[in-house]
Amino acid sequence: MRALVRIASWLYALVVYGIIFLPVIVLVLFSLQATSFPIPPFTGPSLRWYDAVLSDTRLTSALVNSLLVAVLSSLAAVTLGFLSAWGFARFTLPGSALLRGLITLPLTVSYLIIGMGLLVLFNWAGVPKSLLAAGIGHVVINLPLCFAIIYSQMGDHQINIERAARDLGAPEWKVLLLITVPVMAPAIFAGFFLSMTFSWDEFVISFLLTRFDTTLPVEIWNLLRSGLNPKTNAIGSLVFAVSIVLVVLFELTLLRRKPA
Amino acid sequence: MNSAANSGRALPWALVTPALGWTLLFFVLPFLAMGFSSLTAHEGGSFTLANYSQFFANPAYWHAMVNSLEVTAIVTLISVLLAYPFAWILAEQVPERWQRLALMLAVLPFWTSYVVRSYSWLLVLAQNGVINRALTGSGLFSEPLQLANTRLATVTGFVHFFVMLLTLTIFANLKQLSPSYRKAAADLGAGPVRTFLHVVLPLTLPGIMVGAFLTFVLCIGDYITPQILGGNNELLMPQLVMMQIGRRGDFPLASALSIILMAVVTSAYLACARWLKIERA
Repeated sequence: MRALVRIASWLYALVVYGIIFLPVIVLVLFSLQATSFPIPPFTGPSLRWYDAVLSDTRLTSALVNSLLVAVLSSLAAVTLGFLSAWGFARFTLPGSALLRGLITLPLTVSYLIIGMGLLVLFNWAGVPKSLLAAGIGHVVINLPLCFAIIYSQMGDHQINIERAARDLGAPEWKVLLLITVPVMAPAIFAGFFLSMTFSWDEFVISFLLTRFDTTLPVEIWNLLRSGLNPKTNAIGSLVFAVSIVLVVLFELTLLRRKPA
Repeated sequence: MNSAANSGRALPWALVTPALGWTLLFFVLPFLAMGFSSLTAHEGGSFTLANYSQFFANPAYWHAMVNSLEVTAIVTLISVLLAYPFAWILAEQVPERWQRLALMLAVLPFWTSYVVRSYSWLLVLAQNGVINRALTGSGLFSEPLQLANTRLATVTGFVHFFVMLLTLTIFANLKQLSPSYRKAAADLGAGPVRTFLHVVLPLTLPGIMVGAFLTFVLCIGDYITPQILGGNNELLMPQLVMMQIGRRGDFPLASALSIILMAVVTSAYLACARWLKIERA
């Protein structure tokens, strides 16, 4: 009976792993295709499509745009999130629960609707479509996330350390910079990292709010109009590789911080 | 309790105002603008309820909602049924020291770009893609099957994503379960099957509900997967919304449709709120 469960488990896990990896394997394999269609039979390996991607200035500038939007919007989101989390955790404010609810509210609304709202508002206000507009949208989706992560990690332990610093005469800004930020660094880092990955991968808000200069997911979307193309496989594989490196780095830093 | 009373009332407000202001300016205000826009006519901008009545009057519009609800329900059900045993195997059958690696592998494609993930399934399901080549090549079928641009393709793309998400949440749930529950059940004479059905499953049910709800919300609002994999044969709500903006520049109708979609998600949330006891960390 036990052995039977074991064998069935292995088989089942193998099938699910197979389904999970099938599209990724096909994507990467046919990015090495030598001919013009990413469909069987496999004719590679060849790096010509990676060459094509790296010499395509639209794609490379979209990549730079994506990185820029991701870094700047995540910095803004984590800063606003941290300051407000600190304010709400340290001080008793009237209507605190309600205000905290307001900050986390965007988490419950789909990106499409957030993007639509901003599109209508910017359209009325005469704000042109741009990377800045998309960046503003990315802060809207990531601020509640950063706030929730950092707020949940602010406990009594941190309050006591801050209190000690104040008793020893440190002014408020020194407490913030020299005590709170270093103590909260793991949560701040987690918030920043998650925001980066969400912004990096975000499509619909950037699609609605940018025009000529755009982000990588939107540029990849434009590539899809030409149908199945090994160039799309190549850029997709590159993006995948970057994400994997980020995730592995994240895992390693987390593992290092947790002695468990 | 707080020792910062001496710093006055200005500091706390200075800390929380930027975040609150941002949320009001770029989340609440746009939402109000969208609500206002949905009540105006596309031509002329006078007050009207036509954008909403159009949704109920035009079968093409509410069919999109029906399609969305059907696809979301199917996706949620299949994803939970596939992910639960998988998470259980990872948590119970895989040796402790390999679990972290096994889980990381199981969610690795989660980190591919969203657009690219849907495109990859297109490669697999296309007319001359991997599956059809394998089927015709092996002589099982003489003609390639129509797999891409169908509801099946949309569901496949979604299930792929949500199986990974649900495996993560259900795995965490199973690991949080104290082993003493299982020991107690065994001490009282329950076999492994009974222990699972009467102890493990009920205790992980709240976590499954939260995961299923998350799946519902993310799935019903997604544009990319149905657009890339389902094509335009059968429209889902997000596709309908984007179509109003893209082809016709009809912001009022797009706004009204977005608000209707949001109302459906909110009512689903209120209906499930009893089972969704999301604990504070």
